[in-house]
Amino acid sequence: MQADERLALADDEQMAFEVPDVLVDRATHYCPGCHHGIAHRLVAEVLEEMGVVDDTICVASIGCSVFIYNYLAVDSVEAPHGRAPAVATGVKRGRTDKIVFTYQGDGDLASIGLAEVMHAANRGERITIVFVNNTVYGMTGGQMAPTTLIGQKTTTCPGGRCRDREGMPIRMAEIIAGLGGVAYSARASLDSVKNIRAAKKAVRKAFDVQQQGLGFGFVELLSGCPTNWRMDAVKANTRIREEMIPYFPLGVYKDVTEGEGVC
Amino acid sequence: MSRVVFLDERCKGCLLCTTVCPKGIIVQSSRFNRQGYKVAEVPADAMKDCTGCASCALICPDVAIRVIKSRKAKKAGKE
Amino acid sequence: MPHNTTDTGTPERIFIKGNEAIAHGALAAGCRCYFGYPITPQNDIPEMMSYALPDAGGEFVQAESEVASANMLLGAAAAGIRALTSSSSPGISLMQEAISYMAGSELPGVIVNMNRGGPGLGDIGPSQGDYFQSVKGGGHGDYKLLVLAPATCQECYDMMVQAFDLAFKYRNPVMVLGDAIVGQMKEPVTPWKPAAVPATEAADWRLEGAKGRKPRLLKSLFLEDGALAGQNRHLQAKYAAMQAEAKAESFLTEDAELIVVAYGSIGRIAKSAIRKLRAQGHKVGLVRPQTLFPFPGPLLRGLAEQGKRFLTIEHNCGQMVEDVRLSIRGIVDSAFYGHMPGEMPGSDDFLAPILDAMGGK
Repeated sequence: MQADERLALADDEQMAFEVPDVLVDRATHYCPGCHHGIAHRLVAEVLEEMGVVDDTICVASIGCSVFIYNYLAVDSVEAPHGRAPAVATGVKRGRTDKIVFTYQGDGDLASIGLAEVMHAANRGERITIVFVNNTVYGMTGGQMAPTTLIGQKTTTCPGGRCRDREGMPIRMAEIIAGLGGVAYSARASLDSVKNIRAAKKAVRKAFDVQQQGLGFGFVELLSGCPTNWRMDAVKANTRIREEMIPYFPLGVYKDVTEGEGVC
Repeated sequence: MSRVVFLDERCKGCLLCTTVCPKGIIVQSSRFNRQGYKVAEVPADAMKDCTGCASCALICPDVAIRVIKSRKAKKAGKE
Repeated sequence: MPHNTTDTGTPERIFIKGNEAIAHGALAAGCRCYFGYPITPQNDIPEMMSYALPDAGGEFVQAESEVASANMLLGAAAAGIRALTSSSSPGISLMQEAISYMAGSELPGVIVNMNRGGPGLGDIGPSQGDYFQSVKGGGHGDYKLLVLAPATCQECYDMMVQAFDLAFKYRNPVMVLGDAIVGQMKEPVTPWKPAAVPATEAADWRLEGAKGRKPRLLKSLFLEDGALAGQNRHLQAKYAAMQAEAKAESFLTEDAELIVVAYGSIGRIAKSAIRKLRAQGHKVGLVRPQTLFPFPGPLLRGLAEQGKRFLTIEHNCGQMVEDVRLSIRGIVDSAFYGHMPGEMPGSDDFLAPILDAMGGK
């Protein structure tokens, strides 16, 4: 169609941006400005660059991203809510020669699935977890998540999250970093070009430590949910910078390849 | 010269690309796609300013942007 | 290790607990992964698997909970691996979520339940209080498990082999439902070596990376219009086909006027009671279902059509009796004797209920 003609390269032209083949060529069901699309693309790029697409098994979780298997062309299994790290443990123990990863949101991982992720991390399961933190339950319509910021209004804390009533937002990258079996734990953000580039490096590292058999790889990606934040995508990215990053500092919280030794 | 191509049917009109273009040439068009989103574009007369940096493609959550760079432009950029 | 043989190649009998026979049987069946969480009265199973499975080249994981154990089972099943979890009643309740997902995603796995008393924390003694939970699905949605009920330590061994074969034949979770009696008693068991698991098992659906083929997806979410109805019809057809696997032990039923229906340990204790009553000239026989789902209903119905009467004996307050009554409905009813969970039954406890049922001619 029209787009195809425009994509034809002249002799002196080249693509400045490669789209990974493992990323399925179809429109996603995600809302405008939702960062799942970026996170999916980063995972796809990393799997291709590592050359492990054909040996990868994805464990999908419950939430908006349950349909990740519609967008990544890898073998996949669907886990019950919060249980993806346990399912991934089973897959990996069954096939220790494969690359196994889960992709989970903050309701799934940091609330109902807290026991599963912490123990998989503590056992040092050779799996990778991509954790998308957008401070809200997206698929069910914007309820309060364990990561919801103080004062943030959601459909189940309409007056804003209150420390005395609902507790403080939970910081997963730091908690995971404190567990014995973890080889890598980092937090990155998908709000800017610079942060997306850093996020990709973190995703790569979280997969590298699995491939090298060093331990559990964990990467938290701060993401926007414009729909449930009741704002447009541009304002949502501003919110990540001004409200989320100050509470959820970006950085590497544990990296055994940087002199901490193998766990 | 570099250029960007917007895949209209992929664009959801979130406009994140407009915030990262170093030349500020990406704008919201007046076109709606089949899903009802008002898509982003670079007006024809502004395309000459595109540096091919691909920031717009990098931040696009919908893989709706392709960036094409001419080899000459790349060299020129390095000089 | 499970296969002790003499110089002549004759299998040796080994004197082991039912729980150990479960572990031996699983290893013989080619079980590669075990996931579990401690709970009485089945701890011999994980304890034995923790040293035997790594020796056999497999993986043992003590999970953080039964919730996690069952989900690990789901994961290993998705990779096409023969995997096992075991627990007892309260732990099995925690597994129901994952078991429902496994049934919905058509994933094979074996779950052992050494039934203890309930409800709640109950006690650590034997009970058959989990019959309904085992045979009626147990979690949410319309699904069935294949349920095997061992009465002896030898059956614990044999049924583990059968359980793995059935799980992969039907791509369905299988439950082996014992109790604290069969799990904790010791008997001579003759181990035997089943045919090796073919390398092609699960090769057409297991997840192993999409090399040279389209990616595979194992899921239980069906949102497209009509998709869930289609999946449910497919599952129901599968459960109907499972009826071919129904199995029961019949003991002295031919000339019997009264058929006692009892399963597992209770079936065995009832058999002792029947022997005593036969010695006194009472024409009583036993049907001991070895599969609880599929239920051997046609066998019972055939006996009802011969004019026999029925007594269901269970170690609960009346669960399997409903399936017995459904099987023989329109012909005859079944009397019921429920030995209360929390009390250990002996064969003498069943004499009076059987004589009552015979007298009620």
